[in-house]
Amino acid sequence: MSFMQINDLKVHYPVRGGFFNTVIDQVLAVDGITMEFERGKAYGLVGESGCGKSTTGKALIGLEKITSGSIIYEGENVTNKRRNRKSSFNRDVQMIFQDAHSSLNPRKRVRDIIAEPIRNFLNLTPKEEERKISELLEIVGMPEDAKLKYPHEFSGGQKQRLGIARAIATNPKLIIADEPVSALDLSVQAQVLNFMKDIQNEFGLSYLFISHDLGVVKHMCDHISIMYKGRFVETGTKADIYTNPQHIYTKRLLSAIPEVSPVGRENRKRERIRVEQNYQAEHKNYFDENERVFDLLQVSNTHYVASTSQVKGVL
Amino acid sequence: MKGNELLKINNLHTGFRIKDTFYDAVDGVSLTVKKNEILAIVGESGCGKSTLATSVIGLYDQNKTRVQGEILFDNKNLAALSEEQMNDIRGFQISMIFQDPLSALNPLMRIGEQIEEGLVYHTTLKQTERESRVLELLQQVGIRNPERVAKQFPHQLSGGMRQRVIIAIAIACKPQIIIADEPTTALDVTIQAQILDLLIDLQAETEAGIILITHDLGVVAEVADRVAVMYAGEIIEEAAVEELFANPKHPYTRSLFNSIPQMNSQSDRLNVIEGIVPSLMNLPRSGCRFSSRIPWIPGEAHEENPTLHEISPGHFVRCTCWKEFHFKTDKGGGTHELYANK
Repeated sequence: MSFMQINDLKVHYPVRGGFFNTVIDQVLAVDGITMEFERGKAYGLVGESGCGKSTTGKALIGLEKITSGSIIYEGENVTNKRRNRKSSFNRDVQMIFQDAHSSLNPRKRVRDIIAEPIRNFLNLTPKEEERKISELLEIVGMPEDAKLKYPHEFSGGQKQRLGIARAIATNPKLIIADEPVSALDLSVQAQVLNFMKDIQNEFGLSYLFISHDLGVVKHMCDHISIMYKGRFVETGTKADIYTNPQHIYTKRLLSAIPEVSPVGRENRKRERIRVEQNYQAEHKNYFDENERVFDLLQVSNTHYVASTSQVKGVL
Repeated sequence: MKGNELLKINNLHTGFRIKDTFYDAVDGVSLTVKKNEILAIVGESGCGKSTLATSVIGLYDQNKTRVQGEILFDNKNLAALSEEQMNDIRGFQISMIFQDPLSALNPLMRIGEQIEEGLVYHTTLKQTERESRVLELLQQVGIRNPERVAKQFPHQLSGGMRQRVIIAIAIACKPQIIIADEPTTALDVTIQAQILDLLIDLQAETEAGIILITHDLGVVAEVADRVAVMYAGEIIEEAAVEELFANPKHPYTRSLFNSIPQMNSQSDRLNVIEGIVPSLMNLPRSGCRFSSRIPWIPGEAHEENPTLHEISPGHFVRCTCWKEFHFKTDKGGGTHELYANK
């Protein structure tokens, strides 16, 4: 059973202008998405820049005001609730940020950075706190003496691991990871991804993995949603998306990913051009006249695609 | 230089000054760029690939940088030219495509003027000829309404459009060599595919030699003809693209391949390279520079002074440690050789 449901989540930004600075338009950053989270699963949110994937993550954790829709956490409605130290939602949902460097306070020591969620949510004596911090540093594979250092003394991969240590300090159920490895080099990226998988297996964590990198998402996630202009165009299991993509936008995205093999690259280029032509030709079947993505239709048990009902017969 | 060789770099050392000592970020690199060829230079951050590019085109701070060695182009040694002489070549015979299109464009100048700049400096075209050339260039890089775009400012364009403008500026004077420093890193995958296809098409037209600098092995596989892998300021492996991807030899190259989250891999764990890239000041200046990252390989496997060996025609590998190299199989770390060389 899912422990958290999101229903028809919308985040709209007002655009002000004209006389008296009135609201003249809305930016529909997130425009009606529905999701469910189950324990121990990883969910991927993929899209190009500006599609609203990061806004979704921020809205979930409460850094962005939700315009309409609801977040139900273990039967309790937590939409737009003020942050509260007693709330189990705020303790159980944590975030890992893209830029590890700017997410760590440069004037605090590592000990105080990691202790912050502990001091906020857990009632521990100083001794217990100290032990907990050592434990967390051990989990992320950092030496004990890191405690007294400052963030600038660490490399990019180490900083990202500190960010992870902070996120898992309160034994959360869901971690929202917003592009956690995009700023890292390949070998360091591998290190962080391996590590995220390890702690997932160990603690039964769920992830919401926000990324533009389909290779990384495929490696990490069980369930993937493709986002475009604030809406889901396609959602399904990893196999649904990668072996049986239905929406033209998904197909276009998949065909654009460079493959790590020079064999057959001319064919791939021709295929890309074909998909692109198809995308232009079938555009009206998948987007309405305002470029808005249609509502999701069910294709199979797990697989949903946004299209008009006319196309459904073709699928 | 031989017939189709455009650029020849011989034993190039580029060092930066830190407290009155020069530390070489590029340490003895030799390369050739041929006509109508895309040479990819791959490596992680800090390996010296961008320093190599700025050395070739002369965009470094002369007070803090020391460039030694030869960069032979058109019977001239670029490393020894003065700033004025370099200005005549830069943007005309050798041009550059930058990573971040927004910061490479002047926010206060219209697109058309920025493309025209190089033409004013390097050619004797008249005003009207220049204007038509600008429109032609914009068309060539796949911009549909060149008249309008030429009058716009950079902030009015999307990221992909800006990168197209940067490419238009780079090819304005029909250069023989284009240096592309991470040209698609700041772009989305669909735009990246379009820009890469554009680069290939333009190259087929102009027959320029392209030096493509990137950290993305996927991009390399899609466009490159030849690949040089850099680590800690040195080239550690160089081969034709098919050969390198089918038959990587150097431990670093193989480790890199194994740390890519593959679209079609089944395995659960990625390969991790132990340790960290040594900083510029702590670089080991002798012996195999990768040896500290693969401590389980015995010291005898490494050469004392590693050099590039040609192990098959056109395939060069530094040091001899690749012969002994195997991935570590330790706890939990199921090593999976995607590109087993058997």
